[in-house]
Amino acid sequence: MDFTLPQYDPFRMLPEIFMLLWALWVFTYDLITKRQKEAAVGYMALIGPAVPLLFIVFYLTGLLPESWRYGGSGFGAMFFNDTTAMFFKIVFLGAAIMAIGSSFGITKQKIVNHRGEFYGLLLFSTLGMMFLASSNELLTLYIGLELTTIPLFVLAAFFKDDKLSVEAGVKYFVIGAFSSALLLYGMSFLYGLSGTTGLVQMKMNMAVVFLSYRDIGVILLGGIVLLVAGVGFKLALPPFHQWAPDVYEGSPTPIAAFLSVGSKAAGLVAFGKIFVNGLMAFFGPEQAPNDWGMLVGLLAILAMVIGNVVAIRQTNIKRMLAYSSIAQAGYIMIGMVVLNEHGMASVAYYIFAYMFANMGAFAAVAIFEDQTGSCQIEDYKGLAKTSPVFAVSLSLFLLSLVGIPPLAGFLAKYKVFAAAISMATVDPSASWLYWLVGVGVLTAVFSLFYYANVMRLMFFSNEEPRHKITYSVPALCVLLLGLAGIVVFGIYAEPILKLVRTIPADFGLYIP
Amino acid sequence: MLFYLSLAAVLFAVGLFGVLTRRNTIGILMSLELMFNAANINFVAFNKYVWADGLIGQMFAVFIVVVAAAEAVVGLAIVLLLYRNWQGIDTDHVSVMKW
Repeated sequence: MDFTLPQYDPFRMLPEIFMLLWALWVFTYDLITKRQKEAAVGYMALIGPAVPLLFIVFYLTGLLPESWRYGGSGFGAMFFNDTTAMFFKIVFLGAAIMAIGSSFGITKQKIVNHRGEFYGLLLFSTLGMMFLASSNELLTLYIGLELTTIPLFVLAAFFKDDKLSVEAGVKYFVIGAFSSALLLYGMSFLYGLSGTTGLVQMKMNMAVVFLSYRDIGVILLGGIVLLVAGVGFKLALPPFHQWAPDVYEGSPTPIAAFLSVGSKAAGLVAFGKIFVNGLMAFFGPEQAPNDWGMLVGLLAILAMVIGNVVAIRQTNIKRMLAYSSIAQAGYIMIGMVVLNEHGMASVAYYIFAYMFANMGAFAAVAIFEDQTGSCQIEDYKGLAKTSPVFAVSLSLFLLSLVGIPPLAGFLAKYKVFAAAISMATVDPSASWLYWLVGVGVLTAVFSLFYYANVMRLMFFSNEEPRHKITYSVPALCVLLLGLAGIVVFGIYAEPILKLVRTIPADFGLYIP
Repeated sequence: MLFYLSLAAVLFAVGLFGVLTRRNTIGILMSLELMFNAANINFVAFNKYVWADGLIGQMFAVFIVVVAAAEAVVGLAIVLLLYRNWQGIDTDHVSVMKW
């Protein structure tokens, strides 16, 4: 057998290598300082995602010298840095920075002995997401996905004596392992049908195999269903969403935030890579009978309806945000099933805007929880009188999640709906997208009800406020970062839009 | 090849049934391992009988074994936490949060 060594190019992996070493250093630093320096470990951990973030931003703005050869493929085309990968890495790293910034409170009060592990595992999870974003074939994709979720199992159960946290850990572990088993079994059929794990090669092989043997349909359909279920669990798309509220409620609040943004974006990337790139040939009734678009569209409708309706009757704000994030996944999937460059651009912009708004909202919840120990919505009564900055920023985050102009959430929803409508008007076979948009607009109006309920309690309640919020510096920075994100990129979105427009329609390789 | 594929399908079905019906978390963990191994057998069988000019299927199986081991480690640690908090490892305990 002829065997050539693939070309190695460690320059492509510089941010990842740095993250790996830095995560190990954070573990070590906590130990060699005898676990005494509570804030220093946190600041140390912040450097982990901040340096790769600056690196990628420098590369994208052209400030990095060409001789660093960051973009392009390496490791035998298993690892690929295109603008898609870099954009999603920015989202993951931003989410990690905001999660670390908002966890200074709990590492001060609740985690007395394992701060290094807490931050280190968070960095490892981010590392997995970065690998996932760069993966160009099923094996690296799977390893990236597992490196993302396995540290998160530990982080969800991090409060060892808190029954809710342990319950969250158990539920997340069982669901996470179960979903990756489904995913793997589905992937084994893709490999069996195409003989390769490279996504681009798979796309071509599958089309050829399908044209010559028409009866592979049943196996392929089984594989697609398994893959949709596997990725659906990661994305918390109904009917695979039941774990999300429990896990978000029980796990530490910054981890819940990281789960709702980082883990969701990771699931989104996995979906894009497997379905939009690898199974492109099986989209749309005219190409093949095994159409995954309608299936995912149905799940998106379910997500928007179930997420927004069940969120109305929640009394715990973390659970409410969990259901809202289920609904947001539904909106994102509308852009995904449009399957052209506008759709992909809208998905990317949506997840970017969603990162700022959702991380900000969770950061506000974390600040409140650190001081009062409560996550009940009714405890937010009258907060506008004692802590106006807190109340205004939380309201702005929630308004951005609804999609009120001029915040970034509005532009995100607008772009998703516009992409779907323009596709449906051009292509008559895609007219079912009108239904998706209709349900999306209706449920977005619905969602204002429960978001506005929190604002009503904070601003218009006559009762005397029970709490006053004082801020620590990192938490305040996270709030301001989130606010800056939703306001600046809502009004002046051109740089981000320019970046997301370079994401190709098949979510695959793109060399600028 | 059909034999191996059927074996994998049976293993997967047994594992699926186990995950959905077991009350004992160790039982769930064992069923999960069955599901992972079903995928393993599929990969190796496809590699041997359909796409013999390459090793990627077997490589994939090796990686799955490693990842499944890591997953089992974390899973057992979480089961230990479950035991510490409730003095039992049944999933009935973890029902504080609903809806």
